[in-house]
Amino acid sequence: MLKYTLRRVVSGTLVLGIVSAIVFAIFYILPSDPARLACGKSCTPELVARIQVALELDQSLPVQYGRFIKGIFVGRTYLENTDAARECGAPCLGYSYQTDLPVTELLVDRLPATLSIAVGASILWLLIGLSSGILSALRRGTWIDRTSQGFALAAASLQIYFVGLILQFIFVDKLAWLPMPGYTSPFDYPLDWAKQMVLPWVTLAFLLSAIYSRLTRSGMIETMGEDFVRTARAKGLSSRDINLKHVLRAAMTPIVTVFGLDLGSLLGGAVITEYVFNIPGLGKLSTEAVTNLDLPVVTGTVLFAAFFIITANIVVDLLYSALDPKVRLT
Amino acid sequence: MSAFLEVKNLSVAFPTEDGIVQAVDSLSFSVEKGKTLGIVGESGSGKSVTSLAILGLQKGSKARVSGEIWVDGNEIISASEAEVRKLRGKAMSMIFQDALAALHPYYTVGHQIAEAYLVHNDVSKKVAATRAIEMLDRVGIPEPHKRVNDYPHQFSGGMRQRAMIAMALSCNPSLLIADEPTTALDVTVQAQILELLRDLQKEFGTAIILITHDLGVVAETADDVLLMYAGKQIEYGTVRDVLQVPQHPYAWGLLTSIPRLTGDPNLALTAIQGAPPSLISVPSGCAFHPRCTYVDNVGTACTNIIPELIPVSEGKHHSVRCHMSAKVRQDIFANKVEPQL
Repeated sequence: MLKYTLRRVVSGTLVLGIVSAIVFAIFYILPSDPARLACGKSCTPELVARIQVALELDQSLPVQYGRFIKGIFVGRTYLENTDAARECGAPCLGYSYQTDLPVTELLVDRLPATLSIAVGASILWLLIGLSSGILSALRRGTWIDRTSQGFALAAASLQIYFVGLILQFIFVDKLAWLPMPGYTSPFDYPLDWAKQMVLPWVTLAFLLSAIYSRLTRSGMIETMGEDFVRTARAKGLSSRDINLKHVLRAAMTPIVTVFGLDLGSLLGGAVITEYVFNIPGLGKLSTEAVTNLDLPVVTGTVLFAAFFIITANIVVDLLYSALDPKVRLT
Repeated sequence: MSAFLEVKNLSVAFPTEDGIVQAVDSLSFSVEKGKTLGIVGESGSGKSVTSLAILGLQKGSKARVSGEIWVDGNEIISASEAEVRKLRGKAMSMIFQDALAALHPYYTVGHQIAEAYLVHNDVSKKVAATRAIEMLDRVGIPEPHKRVNDYPHQFSGGMRQRAMIAMALSCNPSLLIADEPTTALDVTVQAQILELLRDLQKEFGTAIILITHDLGVVAETADDVLLMYAGKQIEYGTVRDVLQVPQHPYAWGLLTSIPRLTGDPNLALTAIQGAPPSLISVPSGCAFHPRCTYVDNVGTACTNIIPELIPVSEGKHHSVRCHMSAKVRQDIFANKVEPQL
């Protein structure tokens, strides 16, 4: 188990290295010149050349990449030997000249908002998705089942920018029950934090719970036909015990897998949700960085997202062995 | 005195898109405590459906069950799910065919046995866990205190079947239904399992229904035997009567198709021609008539009239569904069948 985990961490780190190399290479081929961008309006070719040297853009790609990787572990100083030297402590993921901040600092600054959205929404969608899925499976073919699955189908076909804006229009603009969504620290103003987060949570959960509801329903219905469920009935167990301990337990495995991956990718930035509700999270940061061609930040957010997805994958695989005793981690 | 299990006129039908499947049709039999009834028939003859009906496991499904099933004075078909649930596992329990599929893959064997015990006994989990070890020991699992924490996939096929038996017997049921308990096992393990069932029956006086398609198993373990074909019982009696003086052409076919060590090695086995009928369109009259070699002895009755279940001779516990007269059957058996046995 420990050996397996260790090996997964090592291979995960390797994947991160590959992702970073690819991102680096893409930006190198990109037809935008960071030096030209940093140069400003009164720019001369001579100035561009000096900036290129200062930004170390005159170095070869492998050298630049090597320095970048080294910076992650030991930190580095940008614009060294100039009067505008910028310190970037480890783990240094680059320096954003546009905002004049280290990328790591930007990411850490934006993480709490994304974390708030992801965790809150995932609890909500699990609650809604699982309970409606279980209900549908137990009342298969009745109006409860049809209503909830019809609703799930409709919800799954809608989009965040549609549902989100409509909810915002109703609850913020018309009814004024909720403040404009945004982010305040839950440690300072927990109530404000929750009020501002309600709409992003509901919107995301609305769409994702649909998938979980269908997944739970089909998983349970499939399991109900298994021989071991018949055995459980033959033992004289109550239907409550049969459904929860025997049916749901067996149907849980795929749900856990999908959940881990969903949560992992959401932690890398709920791009559309954050954009629609104007919440300063990682997703918003990455869209801003892309529009402004702030390449160091783009690199940072991509790597950060990849980190979460890879971590989620490892956690899911470990959980898998806990859920299914037949899975042996070797 | 009425028997521990009494089944009267049991019929089970399943409505499907293609028509009604009459899986079991007017079945009647009884089993006393300490006795074993063997139910024999081909796949799809209604054996398993019958056993599920006795446990009331078709409640809440689309199956249409009619007739009467009396277990220790309780009628199962008219009883509510909650009432039957109290009997399941305690008064009657079942050993299923494919133990790997019938055990939950995510729980340990011990947990599943303890669970069965906990439902009907107001004891702590610790007591139930001890009971699980005790049961595993009783069914002959070596090192039960260790194996109790194993998952089903860590057991061998024979051990899984033993674990199923341990689970079914954990509450000392008075009626045990064993649905082809040895089908997936090799012959030596098969013999061990049957031996185990016999021992446990002797110890607790359990009534056993043994569902099988193996006449050898029946000859060895059962007291009574019920022969099923297309959902109907076609012959019913003591093992001695049915196996020694079988009355139904289907029984003759089954018995003569068994290879014998004493027979002529060059002789081809006599197989029953044709295949079992679809239960959606059961042949008219006697369901066996398209495969019966002796239809000519009767005439049109075989194809038109469903034969009644009649006693072979007055007052005897041996009955058969066949249009041939007792005399004709006796002649055919004596001249054509017996020499092959």
